[in-house]
Amino acid sequence: MSESPRKNSALRDFGANLIKSPQRILRSAMRSGSPTTDRTRSEFVFGNVFLHIHPVRTHRWSLRWATTWGLGTASAAAFLIALVTGVLLMFYYKPYPEVAYDSIKDIHFVVPTGRFIRNIHRWSANVMVVAVLLHMVRAFYTGAYRSPREFNWLIGLGLLIVTLGLSFTGYLLPWDQLAYWAITIGANIAQSPREVTDAVGITEVFDPGGLQRQLLLGSDIVGEEALIRFYLLHVMILPLMLVILMAVHFWRIRKDGGLTRPDDVDDRLGPPPPDTYPVFTEAPAKTYHLAAIVRGRTSAVGQGPENTVPSMPHLFYAELGVLMVTVFICVALAIVSDAPLKELANPAVPENPAKAPWYFLGLQEMVSFSAFMGGVGIPTIVVIGLGLIPFLDRERQGTGESFGGPGGKKLVLESAVIGLALVIGLEAFAIRFGWLREWYPEIPQWVITAVNPGTILASLYALYSLWLIRRYNSARAGAMGLFTCFLCGFVVLTIIGSYFRGPNWDFYWSPAEWPLH
Amino acid sequence: MSTTPEPVPSRLDPEPVPRRDFLGIASLCSTAAALLFAGIGMLRLPKAAVLSSPSKRFRVTLPESLAEGEAYIPPGRSIALFRDEEGVFAISLVCTHLGCIVSSIPDGFECACHGSRFDPDGGVMKGPAPTALPWHRVTKSEDEFIVDEEEIVPMGTRVSL
Repeated sequence: MSESPRKNSALRDFGANLIKSPQRILRSAMRSGSPTTDRTRSEFVFGNVFLHIHPVRTHRWSLRWATTWGLGTASAAAFLIALVTGVLLMFYYKPYPEVAYDSIKDIHFVVPTGRFIRNIHRWSANVMVVAVLLHMVRAFYTGAYRSPREFNWLIGLGLLIVTLGLSFTGYLLPWDQLAYWAITIGANIAQSPREVTDAVGITEVFDPGGLQRQLLLGSDIVGEEALIRFYLLHVMILPLMLVILMAVHFWRIRKDGGLTRPDDVDDRLGPPPPDTYPVFTEAPAKTYHLAAIVRGRTSAVGQGPENTVPSMPHLFYAELGVLMVTVFICVALAIVSDAPLKELANPAVPENPAKAPWYFLGLQEMVSFSAFMGGVGIPTIVVIGLGLIPFLDRERQGTGESFGGPGGKKLVLESAVIGLALVIGLEAFAIRFGWLREWYPEIPQWVITAVNPGTILASLYALYSLWLIRRYNSARAGAMGLFTCFLCGFVVLTIIGSYFRGPNWDFYWSPAEWPLH
Repeated sequence: MSTTPEPVPSRLDPEPVPRRDFLGIASLCSTAAALLFAGIGMLRLPKAAVLSSPSKRFRVTLPESLAEGEAYIPPGRSIALFRDEEGVFAISLVCTHLGCIVSSIPDGFECACHGSRFDPDGGVMKGPAPTALPWHRVTKSEDEFIVDEEEIVPMGTRVSL
């Protein structure tokens, strides 16, 4: 009598458990209930390995569009799109000369959706470069690099370099004329320190340029060794570096106290709108235990709410929104514009004009005066200068405000005018009258390496910046002037390289005037 | 009779370095040294010992019809051979600026990539090229010529016919 109901109940339980198991599998994965209270909203974030790189609560200032314009998230989103489409392209791509070209042609014309996926890959790479550059511009003008975020600025600089490296290494893979000659130029830029070692006469014993070129190409020509190396960099080494740097970058945002914000942020924000999910609906049982391990001015005792909202849903929905906008932009561009594929690489006849990807055309413009200064010297100085900014500007005024700091918007505008005038003036002069080699064909190369439009421009910008530091008695003013000038120089040189340079790198008012040949 | 009492060590005071830390420091240093040497060793791998490019010395037969001032470019090579009454000479077609292949034009050479111009002897006339186009060693072997792309000779060196 007592045995049978137990048997029956086990069977009944089995049935009930079977029915409930999908729900329970989901719950066991989620770990916490649906995010409806402060507690479960927090658990939603820190209970998830992917989400817990976010803070549990986000400051309302960080969620304003004008704080970030979503540019950092857009960079990461573009990388995600490039990652997914890139892995898809690897199904068909074969990194061997000529075979590579055929496989890209197959992807373009034969593989189902291949052309579309390749277009998205190409456009997401471009969107990523634009977003990363704009993200840096935003971080600079809001003073976001300042203490305690100096290290994250350096990580960001590393991310910029890896992003450019990823784009450049991807440029060779189709093995068409465009790719082949851009890489030939790029590899020889890596070799250009010879311009200096030759001038000193030590190339025989000390040849860093030649070593760099040989390491990059694996040979002394652009051939199969170069292609496999660029492929390895593009699909393995650089993405790994990018992911690691990205993880540190995101994590440091949280550890450095969230996004940078002005000191009087509470007054600027005002009270939260009435439909905002309220701050601390449930009185927290303990608020002190976190204060013991978090650095900085975090203890909010007696200061009222910290003006934060739960990251779930506020931050995550905003991030999803930026992701969707980025996907939309990449897909829309992929529909309207095909990724280019020129003729098969021909090592005997250069593409004319042979142009690098657009973001390197400013460098190519400078390289057309001196290979070393334009391709290695000035970029190195710019990177070192950018890296030093947070350690030279130790001021506090204007942190978190757009164009914050002494001088403000007026200073940036003035620097933009001066920066544009100098770069356009110098370029116009060099295009109209030529440069030293045309006037004195016998001039030694080291004079041109030292004195060319690139170095003159950089020196003038630096002098102007030093003058700004004196005038405003502020390193931030100098940094803003210098950054603005270099930004203007970059934009103008890139536009000249893209639109006004034609065959033989001659100046043309429009590509319509290029001679047909 | 005043003796200062021994200060009672607190849990929070930094510990003096005990002797057994030597082992820890030694393991740290040996790890660092091993990583350094392994790193240097691994960096040796990507530097190719044998280059995959074709041989730098090659034979070439000049066509009978080659006129003075006209360039003969052996197939697959970036080098131009010329013949005049003084002899035969070879000029590299690799631009000394950034390695593009220059094209031979009536009054010298021009580079498509950044507009460098060279005179018929390879000297720089215009543009960013830092040095003249190098001349390469040509030797005569019966009715053929042997060009050595690795050996650079002074401008004007010809092999007589």
